[in-house]
Amino acid sequence: MKKSVFLGALTVAGLAAAAAGAATLDDVKARGKLNCGVTTGLVGFAAPDANGQWDGFDVGVCRAIAAAVLGDPTAVEFVPTTGKTRFTALASGEIDVLARNTTWTFSRDTDLKFDFVGVNYYDGQGFMVPKALGVSSAKELDGATVCIQTGTTTELNLADFFRANNISYEPVPIETNAEAQPLYLEGACDVYTTDASGLAATRAAFETPADHIILPEIISKEPLGPLVRHGDNDWGDIVMWTLNALIAAEEYGVTSANVDELAAGTDNPEINRLLGTEGDLGPMVGLDNQWAMRAIKAGGNYGELFEKNIGESTPIGLARGLNAQWTDGGLLYSPPFR
Amino acid sequence: MTTLSDPPSQSFQFSKLINDTRYRSYTFQFIALLCVIALMSYLGWNLVQNLRAAGLNISYGFLGSPAGYDINQRLIEYDSQSTHWRAAMVGVLNTLLVAFLGCITATVIGVFVGVLRLSKNWLVRKIMSLYVEIFRNVPVLIWILVIMAIFIAVLPQPRDFRGDDATASMLGGLFAFTGRGFYLPRPYFTAEWAAGGAGWLVVIGVLIASFFGSRKLSAWASKTQEATGVRPTTWYLTLGIWFVPLLIVLLAQGLHWEIPALAGFNFQGGIFARNSLIALWFALSIYTAAFIAENVRAGILAISKGQTEAAASLGLRPNRIMNLVILPQALRVIIPPLISQYLNLTKNSSLAIAVGYMDLTGTLGGITLNQTGRAIECVLLLMLFYLTISLAISAIMNAYNNAVKLKER
Amino acid sequence: MTEKASLAFVRDTMLPEQPPPASETGIIKWVRANLFPDVLNSILTIVALYLIIKIVVGAWPWFANGMWATSSLAECREILQGTTGACFSVLTERWNQLLFGFTYPNDQYWRPILAFVLLAFAAAPMLFAMFLPRKLLLFTALYPFIAFWLIWGGTVLTPLFALLGFVAAATVFPRVEKASGFASALGAAVVTAAIVWYVGGLIAGTTPNLIALEPVPSRDMGGFMLNFILGTVCVSLSLPLGILLALGRQSNMPIIKWICVVFIEFIRGVPLITLLFVANVVLAYFLPPGTNFDLILRVIIMITMFSSAYIAEVIRGGLAALPKGQYEAADSLGLDYAQAMRLIIMPQALKISIPGIVNVAVGLFKDTTLVSVISMFDLVGMIRGPILASTEWNGVYWELWGFAILLFFPVCYGISQYSQWLERQLATDHR
Repeated sequence: MKKSVFLGALTVAGLAAAAAGAATLDDVKARGKLNCGVTTGLVGFAAPDANGQWDGFDVGVCRAIAAAVLGDPTAVEFVPTTGKTRFTALASGEIDVLARNTTWTFSRDTDLKFDFVGVNYYDGQGFMVPKALGVSSAKELDGATVCIQTGTTTELNLADFFRANNISYEPVPIETNAEAQPLYLEGACDVYTTDASGLAATRAAFETPADHIILPEIISKEPLGPLVRHGDNDWGDIVMWTLNALIAAEEYGVTSANVDELAAGTDNPEINRLLGTEGDLGPMVGLDNQWAMRAIKAGGNYGELFEKNIGESTPIGLARGLNAQWTDGGLLYSPPFR
Repeated sequence: MTTLSDPPSQSFQFSKLINDTRYRSYTFQFIALLCVIALMSYLGWNLVQNLRAAGLNISYGFLGSPAGYDINQRLIEYDSQSTHWRAAMVGVLNTLLVAFLGCITATVIGVFVGVLRLSKNWLVRKIMSLYVEIFRNVPVLIWILVIMAIFIAVLPQPRDFRGDDATASMLGGLFAFTGRGFYLPRPYFTAEWAAGGAGWLVVIGVLIASFFGSRKLSAWASKTQEATGVRPTTWYLTLGIWFVPLLIVLLAQGLHWEIPALAGFNFQGGIFARNSLIALWFALSIYTAAFIAENVRAGILAISKGQTEAAASLGLRPNRIMNLVILPQALRVIIPPLISQYLNLTKNSSLAIAVGYMDLTGTLGGITLNQTGRAIECVLLLMLFYLTISLAISAIMNAYNNAVKLKER
Repeated sequence: MTEKASLAFVRDTMLPEQPPPASETGIIKWVRANLFPDVLNSILTIVALYLIIKIVVGAWPWFANGMWATSSLAECREILQGTTGACFSVLTERWNQLLFGFTYPNDQYWRPILAFVLLAFAAAPMLFAMFLPRKLLLFTALYPFIAFWLIWGGTVLTPLFALLGFVAAATVFPRVEKASGFASALGAAVVTAAIVWYVGGLIAGTTPNLIALEPVPSRDMGGFMLNFILGTVCVSLSLPLGILLALGRQSNMPIIKWICVVFIEFIRGVPLITLLFVANVVLAYFLPPGTNFDLILRVIIMITMFSSAYIAEVIRGGLAALPKGQYEAADSLGLDYAQAMRLIIMPQALKISIPGIVNVAVGLFKDTTLVSVISMFDLVGMIRGPILASTEWNGVYWELWGFAILLFFPVCYGISQYSQWLERQLATDHR
């Protein structure tokens, strides 16, 4: 990459070279850091803790990619993005991958020229209301004031839902999840709507989560997943198969605890190929053979990430549901490593 | 003996382009033009390259497709099936609405404070300068957010009005001041022929007629005064001209008041002034008013003291001196900075996005941009709209300024 | 004698002066004249007094009962048991985030603080030029490079070579100017600087650890520090740009004039926020493929353009206010355009414009809070985002906003008072 020709002051002030078009992998390696777009703060998915360390489910995916590509799960620069800035940040090359609970839709994949590489959380849009309101179904929300995050698919789903059910509502648009919380808690809106996982995460951050209920209606399909720029298929492959490696690892019982042990060689050829002791899968995507092992070691397999950040033992308390392995009746299904 | 020397040869020399003052300016302009063209084409070329690399294109086709989202405050018909262009228009009107309201209240508060800053009363003077300094020296964004925080955290929400143990109640049973906004009684007409906007058109017509009527009346009063030296008492006639026809029309059309009432989640009926509108309007008003107050004060101080003394020696009372002598003259000094304050207020109204008021930045520059991902088109269009609004305001205000300014001959 | 005898009494000594009546002197007179001169004013005074007392009495317990050492709002409420009281603990717990953002390394806080303190020393020779020796301006010139090194870190070579470039340009310029005029001297200076920077960039790139502070990427800047950096950097950068634009607009070359007019009027016609949108979502498309400025640099570019347009208008006012005789005098001395501007016109025009420029600077400093709208974590962004959304501090409004006002007010008020003072100092006309 042509770097360092730019002048002194500008260079350090943040002139980092990155190609918008091709060879993201080379850029990431040259930079030594992965630029990963995340939310500005959604507990459980991506949020900075009191020390400014990012943590969460989406963050785990970023760290796994960094571990696979650079060998260091901490070599990630987290770029907080809002609903508005996320797509331009990716399109302009400011970030290499966007892992910001973004819904996979037709127009985003085609018209906006991005590639969704998979789904890391199968979600749907839900409604949260205070228990005191005495509402038990979304159809009873006629005339309610609804807080929504702008720039999301939920905004469009909401309009469709209320139009289809022929009931009225008053939308209150807000920019980020953080701004929605005080509005909802102080009663400036009756209902808060976003992805059900986001609702659970938001509710977990409340002082008294038990005072709020999530209505049973799920009004949309929201497959959330990481995405990359269209056109750089090599990079897309790396991100896609890193995600698949995490899913497959759970299926085969490879965890961050036993990955070292299993990497010594097992009698399961699928695990051997995954962990690089058999076959030559790594070089096919431009990495070494231990890439998947490092990715799994970074934060654990899919199941471990889920349990640690948003699972039932955490304040967010999401059940696996659709996000269980296909062997357990869920939708997670990694293509074979072969 | 005279020697004739040839005039300097007119042959062209390259150094003339730099050294001859006749040509130098052309050279520089040419170079500057080249630089600008080069810069433009460089940026344009980059744009084309980047768009090609990303597989995107510039197209305004999205403006014609359904927007898909709802807007809470709209001055024209709009629903989620309307086009993005329509949504942008809703935004333009909302921008103009808050700018218009803001300019009026800011001017009123600003003039009031500016005059009081020169008051004889020490305490009042100090309070007013405290107000001016505090509001001028803190970012307007913070004021907008603080006032929004008052709405969110201090005012009661509709749920507090509900039930037997309600902690809040409506003012006089007519007004509800809630954290979501203010609910006010709404007048409407029951007569069939006054349905829709027709009734209000009639009212406006009557008011215009009253206006001309009262003008006639005061002209007649002045004429009588000039002829006889005594000005007839007309205030009751003026009141009559303004109110009697108005009352007749209102009653004839069957005026009723729709009182907001708690129904379901919100108050229903009446006029609803949304919290975002009020917060933005109020914050912009008091912020800009602090600047206008300073302009007004400077304008008044610019009028020489002799004017006050001359007016006082004619026996005018202090408030009449202010109204009849000082302010009309100060106005000429005040108006030019006032125009730029109006422009600032309009531009600052784009901060609406911080409180979720759906102005132009909220619709076209916000949700439409987000939903379509057409960043370049949206931002370009957004700037164009604001530029048009700014130029229009300054054109109108400059025309007004030209009309009132001292004609120097 | 006879005269005296004929009169009953003649005073031949002066009586001592009587003190004025009690109602016409001292505090009573003052109160009467300033608080109760007439009925209307008396009513106003009483209303104002009532309001003041009401506010003070209302706010006092809030201050007095303030909590400073709890760890969450819930804890505050528990201790207060329903009585009024502020929860200032949010400030004691999060002060570092409010001031420096949440990613600036904790153990490096001394660096921005030192840079901030040095700023006072660097600004003083410029702000109080009439009292301090001119030599101190040297430190002002060095300051940007020191501050850059302190805040961003990295090897000392980077700012050093940047400085060297300017020094080289400054040494080349007068020599070439003497030989072949202003334009070619300018060109030579730019080329010299570019060469030094290029070579320096290469050298600094190879030895990134020579006398290096821990590098901090600009993405990690936040809090009030970010407002301060944006404010000072953009104002200093926009000043030269503004001068050029103002000169261009006053120029009698139509093409140059129109280029400047269009630029200035366009920038002044749109809100800053749209320019920030440009920085945020559009600008990247206009840069060559392969380069990628980070957000803070793009924002600096756009804010600088914004403020340079406003500063240009202020300076244009200064230029227009100069008597025509000054231009003609410069011409009659045979000075060329560059000399006339540098030696005669600009020093006077800038002097007139300083108060206006300071006003623009204050406005710009306030406007830096707008970056919170494009998801940068400046002071306002920190409050609205991470702090108000955290579980512990959900609902602490007044303490946080009060703190923000307390940070902005003294700075802006101080600068605007300075500008008024300067205006009085610089008033050379006799009134």
